[in-house]
Amino acid sequence: MKVVYVNEKWCLGCHLCEYECAFANSGDTDIVHALKGKKIFPRIKVEEGDGVNFAVNCRHCEDPICVKSCIAGALSKDEHGVVRIDKDKCVGCFTCVTVCPYGAIMPGEDGKAAQKCTLCTQNLVGEPNCVRHCINQAIVFEDRG
Amino acid sequence: MQYVIIGNSTAATFAIEGIRAVDKAGSITVISDETRPAYGRPLISYYLYGRIKLENTDYRSASFYTDNGVTVKYGVRAEKIDPEKKTVALSDGSTIGYDKLLVATGSSPLVPPAEGLDTVQYHTFMTMDSALALEKELSPEKRVLVVGAGLIGLKCVEGILDRVGSVTVVDLAARILPSILDEEGSAIVQERLGARGVSFILGDCAVRYAPGLATLRSGKEVPFDILVIAAGVRPNVSLVREAGGEVNRGIVVNDRQETTIPDVYAAGDNCESYDICSGTRRILALLPNAAFQGETAGRNMAGGDAAFDKAAPFNALGLFDTHIATAGVYEGEAYTDASEGYKKLFVKDNKLVGFILIDCIERAGIYTSLIREQTPLDTVDFELLKKNPALMAFARGTREEILTRRR
Repeated sequence: MKVVYVNEKWCLGCHLCEYECAFANSGDTDIVHALKGKKIFPRIKVEEGDGVNFAVNCRHCEDPICVKSCIAGALSKDEHGVVRIDKDKCVGCFTCVTVCPYGAIMPGEDGKAAQKCTLCTQNLVGEPNCVRHCINQAIVFEDRG
Repeated sequence: MQYVIIGNSTAATFAIEGIRAVDKAGSITVISDETRPAYGRPLISYYLYGRIKLENTDYRSASFYTDNGVTVKYGVRAEKIDPEKKTVALSDGSTIGYDKLLVATGSSPLVPPAEGLDTVQYHTFMTMDSALALEKELSPEKRVLVVGAGLIGLKCVEGILDRVGSVTVVDLAARILPSILDEEGSAIVQERLGARGVSFILGDCAVRYAPGLATLRSGKEVPFDILVIAAGVRPNVSLVREAGGEVNRGIVVNDRQETTIPDVYAAGDNCESYDICSGTRRILALLPNAAFQGETAGRNMAGGDAAFDKAAPFNALGLFDTHIATAGVYEGEAYTDASEGYKKLFVKDNKLVGFILIDCIERAGIYTSLIREQTPLDTVDFELLKKNPALMAFARGTREEILTRRR
């Protein structure tokens, strides 16, 4: 399946993907209105190091440990392989946060449920907004088997 | 092929999925002494707390059993396994034959004996039925006594605190959550709960009950309107023991989840795992562990070849606004960081073997993964990891391997 990959050679560490992620999932159509002056809760995270930067989001693992560890059955893999969270079922225990080896699931904005990347399939954008807006094409949406 | 599963919770659900990953055709029968489809057992406190609606507590979709061709016998107990005839006798008088049997009987509440306990009504807190029975009694003027300051007791407290007049917690241990926290951690969480109005009486225990009154060993008297006993759990091992299977504290299984009885498997809170952190075989009564074991059992029952060899204790626990994540064992050298929340990492033999995180749980899975994979710490930037869990701490080659390919 196609997932988001980052080429750390090209990642500038500009954090634009984090803003574009937060915007895409805000439900708003105006980025300024959606984000200005607000703390953002992106589902992609940029790690910055000594001359190295890269963004990390959900890998949609073949055999996701988050799905097996969810106490509510709120996490599942859909027919396309996308790992999703059912918000009506998630109780915010954050067991998934405690097991994801990529650190790619995090408490959502209200702190009462977890959130993660679903490849922008659940928002108005429809394809990964981080990929669309990466200014150095460091983030790609590819099927690598 | 006839598969029979005794029990219908996490291990059973994952066993069904494990079987069907290998065998689409064999018949699967589940024996459940409850009367509802599988639900996430830990959800019972969240239900009382108002975090989830009852109708959303089912562990799988409404069509799960039909989609997987599973027959569930509800409200029926398995009473005896005959390993020679390969049958299970049920409480409704019938007998069911199996080719492969999974014993996923979980655990039951442990109720320590005390004088006068038979003269009072008490609740346990383990099943949805027990939560619903407790809920019926909740009202704003009632005084609740919870016996047990462990995970189950305190989650119960969270669930009911805002729905009753007062809650007092009594535990024989000198501190709360002793199974998952160190002394400092216990003190932090106790203070938070105390600030919300929960009273604690620790290092003491109820020795005598009379209607509405518990007398403690110290002589202290605690009046109550509702009594909840959450003093621990004991594994349900008798079916396997009586059938001749080896049982220590829990049912003995290998990493394929096979018991010592041919064609009989066990998974979940009733059986032991090899804990890679402590290097011992012990019961890890944790939901994810039941899931891993259940799936492994299911695949192997259906002729697959699966092994569960990464068992490690880990817990994520919210108590009101406090979020706790813990894993492993608390041995070796400790690194403490209290700059943001409370963080303690435990390092032994060049490996991360445990952690305690209170209100700094972000990306905790990176730590958990170091424990599960037993990653040598001299291959990562541990100085960086001490500050924050980050993939940056891995060598470039490792990072490429984990991030540029799907796994």
